[in-house]
Amino acid sequence: MELHTSHLIVSPVPHIRDAVTTQRIMFNVILALCPALIASIVIFGWRALLVEAVTVAACVLSEYLWCRLRHKELTVGDLSAVVTGLLLAFNLPVTVPLYLPVIGAVTAIIVTKELFGGVGCNFANPAIVGRITLAVSFPALMTNYTYPTPVVACDAISSATPLGTDTAVPLLDLFLGTHGGVLGETCCLALLLGLGWLLFTRTIEVTIPLVYVGTVAVLSLIFQQGVLQQLLSGGLLLGAIFMATDYVTSPFTRKGKIIFALGCGIITCAIRFWGNMNEGVSYSILLMNLVVPIINDKTRRTPMGGGKQK
Amino acid sequence: MNEKVKIVWNGIIKENPSLRLVLGTCPTLAVTTLAANGLGMGLSATFVLICSGVVVSALRNVIPGKVRLPAYITIIATFVTVLMMLVKAYLPALNSSLGVYLPLIVVNCIILGRAEMFASKNKVLDSALDGLGMGLGFTLTLVLMGSIREILGSGTLFGLNLHLPVEPMIVFITPPGGFFVFGILMAGVIFLEEKTGQRRERKAGCAGCPSAEFCQAKESE
Repeated sequence: MELHTSHLIVSPVPHIRDAVTTQRIMFNVILALCPALIASIVIFGWRALLVEAVTVAACVLSEYLWCRLRHKELTVGDLSAVVTGLLLAFNLPVTVPLYLPVIGAVTAIIVTKELFGGVGCNFANPAIVGRITLAVSFPALMTNYTYPTPVVACDAISSATPLGTDTAVPLLDLFLGTHGGVLGETCCLALLLGLGWLLFTRTIEVTIPLVYVGTVAVLSLIFQQGVLQQLLSGGLLLGAIFMATDYVTSPFTRKGKIIFALGCGIITCAIRFWGNMNEGVSYSILLMNLVVPIINDKTRRTPMGGGKQK
Repeated sequence: MNEKVKIVWNGIIKENPSLRLVLGTCPTLAVTTLAANGLGMGLSATFVLICSGVVVSALRNVIPGKVRLPAYITIIATFVTVLMMLVKAYLPALNSSLGVYLPLIVVNCIILGRAEMFASKNKVLDSALDGLGMGLGFTLTLVLMGSIREILGSGTLFGLNLHLPVEPMIVFITPPGGFFVFGILMAGVIFLEEKTGQRRERKAGCAGCPSAEFCQAKESE
């Protein structure tokens, strides 16, 4: 950048800017979600793609309409609504009636994101709030985990999430995702591929997923639940990789991230082992989202030469 | 006469107890899962508001300032007891659906607030009209909230099945849905105020309270 004395710019930090934009970060996340997207179509059939398309379209459209109606700058181009839409769709079972994704999208984009100031200002992950609103509103429709047209040949179709059944699903099925569940959570292989891409492009740090999954593993070991069973089933990997790592709603510092992920893991296990619900990932992330401002405040780094705060 | 209408109108729109004064929030959120409950609660509170307003106003020169709050509560509790007996005798269904919120009208801050802010310094008829206006404003808000929550949360209105083409969203009859509808209605009232040019700048804290003037005057006595 050229500096002219006549154009001396006085501005707050940050002074060093990279070519990385919100759009590029979001594009990387979308790429990372692609394996899971493909897996969902392979496992659950073409209706999965329909549900995902409707959710993404509803999210983008809500954001577009809101910005137009409120005469705000159009933020659709930053792709964050697409990511929210994909994540929300990954939390829906394939059998949902198509108005459910629309309600979820409006809750996620307008209520959770835009009412609080738009991208970067949301108090919690929009997709999580959308999912929880739908789960609380339509408990029967949201837990209808059958898949009507299995493309992959399999011996048995389990109708509930493996966390809710007594019969153990073979670990290989859990890993490949050929069992009942919501669209994006079942195929652990695809989610791990996505994690690899996010780490490779340095979109996220490994801290949150590692500590989150590690906490669940250790607690499963302590309370004698099947460790691999706990890690591979339910929405744990989807939540730990894509939802808990949301920039806006996770702490800034590494110490903060560790505390955040520990909290997520403990709450998830508490709900899974002793709660009356099968799955606690979304609630645990929502709860920890809410305390992120406190974590950020308590783990603030002292600037060099700043001395200790009194 | 115009003045009298103004007193009633004041409670319904301009100083709507739930949405503008933000009083009586507990019953507003708790009983409005059904429109009929909202109507029952609103009318019960209206009855107590009018009666206690009349009695407090009639006794305003007799009650010593220092013990005015216990005196007001006693008067209000008397009318709530009467109301409870009436509701139990004639509307047992309403009694069971309102449950503990019926006796809790005693501590409803709209009623004590109006006794303190209005009835204790105005004539009997004016106090009755103020009670009527506030009661109607409260009732309208509760019925509106109850209707929204009942339609969206149960797919019915006053118990009638509306045969909506979509499943009802149960979240609207849970507490989070109640808070959400309450917030949206408040935002709506502020929007209307701004559109009609009636928005007043409100200060934060004690100074922003609608009863600040009176409250602080009493304090310094």
